[in-house]
Amino acid sequence: MSDIHDYLAEFDDIPGTRVFTAARARQGYHLNQFAMGLMKADNRERFRADEKAYLDDWKLSDQAKSAVLARDYNALLDLGGNIYFLSKIFSTDGISFAEAVSTMTDMDFPTYREMMNQGGRSPEGQRSIKEKR
Amino acid sequence: MARITAGIATSHVPLLGVAADQNKSGDDYFAPIFSGYEWSRKWLADTLPDVIVLVYNDHASAFDMKIIPTFAIGCGESYAPADEGWGPREVPDVEGHPDLAWHIAQSLILDEFDMTIINEMDVDHGLTVPLTMLFGAPDKWPCKVIPLAVNVVTYPPPSGNRCWALGEAIARAVNSFNDDLDVQVWGTGGMSHQLQGPRAGLINREWDNMFLDGLVGTTDKLRHIPHIEYLRETGSEGIEMVMWLIMRGALGRETKALHRHYHVPCSNTAIGHMVLEPVDGTVPPSPTIEGKNAAAQAMID
Ligand SMILES: [Fe+2]
Repeated sequence: MSDIHDYLAEFDDIPGTRVFTAARARQGYHLNQFAMGLMKADNRERFRADEKAYLDDWKLSDQAKSAVLARDYNALLDLGGNIYFLSKIFSTDGISFAEAVSTMTDMDFPTYREMMNQGGRSPEGQRSIKEKR
Repeated sequence: MARITAGIATSHVPLLGVAADQNKSGDDYFAPIFSGYEWSRKWLADTLPDVIVLVYNDHASAFDMKIIPTFAIGCGESYAPADEGWGPREVPDVEGHPDLAWHIAQSLILDEFDMTIINEMDVDHGLTVPLTMLFGAPDKWPCKVIPLAVNVVTYPPPSGNRCWALGEAIARAVNSFNDDLDVQVWGTGGMSHQLQGPRAGLINREWDNMFLDGLVGTTDKLRHIPHIEYLRETGSEGIEMVMWLIMRGALGRETKALHRHYHVPCSNTAIGHMVLEPVDGTVPPSPTIEGKNAAAQAMID
């Protein structure tokens, strides 16, 4: 078995990635549970009718609330959001998984889609920050 | 006696369910993906098992953050397709096999795999998309399914080695079931993909194909790949591939590949699919006291 501290520390060496660790799961608990609530049609309606009021019903920080309102998915990941939970927000918005994912990159959706059609993002230089590989 | 007759690996991208449900599987974008399953559909028609142990992960559908089981087995009578936020897929309910499922659950626990038991849940695209890819759109799924859900969302997920060993324990459990049943084990998810952050869209064709190679023959090197390698090489969601190792472990010492398919992209993801056959089906005996203990074994038969 690997040492738990070394195991976790390595995750910070991956470029452009937030691994959903226990620490993030704890930090984002209410954010993810809020998003999960959008699986129910009546919650989706209430959220659409008044997003701010709906968010006030959940134990969320002001930062988390404004990141949801702005659909700033990178900020939501930093606040402990998990992508499978956050996907309930973008399916409520009626946008595709790929389009929502593209908003976290430095590309617009058509450029991102074209990259995927050409075989996706190369792992070259994307494996390790320290080792530059 | 029940026996494991084959293993199937497949990606379970939700968009494939959408494409099938909207009759788009012949479109330019989807045809190269679906055509790679044609051989398997024909082969399955001739070798239909009685039961599939279908290894998959739930994507915040049946499980939220309240409870996170590492390994959970469905022992219920049936499972409805989950509403993943846009209404449930219009596919048949999945029929379980409670007798075999409970037998496997009991056997695994005595074999020191402390399973979570699920009697009621809905199943999401992780389980229904593989059925669609391999069976098309029948009025009723042609065999019973035992869902086996693995946590690959919240870290740490189980190690590859543990997944492989669970597969071996499933094979021992199936072999000790008294009814005459053909059982397949399916491993789903993957291959390389990252759905989050600035690195999203990562695909690693070379690594994925190394992984497909590693499922064949007598090698067991895949069981030793650490989580960090999946993360670095295959994107943050590529870790789903540990679920394929449960399938591989269940096939025993040596496998033969009957069919192999790889395609990039489907949405954000690399599609991989393989059909494997056990060569002799030999799995190591249980390392636990209980598993070797005739009295304990008698209790679960
Ligand atoms: Fe998945």
